[in-house]
Amino acid sequence: MTGKTITRADLTDAVYRSLGISRNESSAFVERILDEVAQTLEKGETVKISSFGTFSVRDKKLRMGRNPKTGEEVPIEPRRVITFRASHVLKDQINDTHRQANAAE
Amino acid sequence: MIKSELVQKLADENPNLFHRDIERIVSIVFQEISDGLARGDRVELRGFGAFSVKHRPSRVGRNPRSGEAVHIEEKWAPFFKAGKELRDRLNGAGRFSQADSQPQPGPGE
Repeated sequence: MTGKTITRADLTDAVYRSLGISRNESSAFVERILDEVAQTLEKGETVKISSFGTFSVRDKKLRMGRNPKTGEEVPIEPRRVITFRASHVLKDQINDTHRQANAAE
Repeated sequence: MIKSELVQKLADENPNLFHRDIERIVSIVFQEISDGLARGDRVELRGFGAFSVKHRPSRVGRNPRSGEAVHIEEKWAPFFKAGKELRDRLNGAGRFSQADSQPQPGPGE
């Protein structure tokens, strides 16, 4: 378990290393993929990436919340939220490696 | 939208590349995220969101039908939190910060 943070730069590197396209082109593809997923969700549509997971949009109704500091009641406006459901392939991959790493400790 | 539709869209935009290359690019991006999570890394994509892994310790659960106590093994669950920019895009940017003074056109308005 390395515990570092993966960023766009790492995704770009991975694309760059395995295909014969430039670093700039690789970076543009990473951006384009993320943006297309975002745009689709924006339209309220679900995005399903096999062996990775499903992003979907849910509508939340108006509800009353409370400011935890003051105890004051405040309305939480209706809004749309994104939920991500990991596929079994991804869940299994994560659990397998974490179990192995723990067993090795 | 499913993965093949995403691939097709990018392939249409890039007639200079082979369809199978686009397919590889898309696969690599998601595989890199998966591999990172499997290693215990966090994946932070500014504006889009962050993926992390949450540890759920083992616990004693209950079979809701029989009421019998069962041991549930510890597990690790991937978790996604949408970034601020994406949340704002979904709800029409500025809609909440200015909701009181001047309502912004939101989705469906």
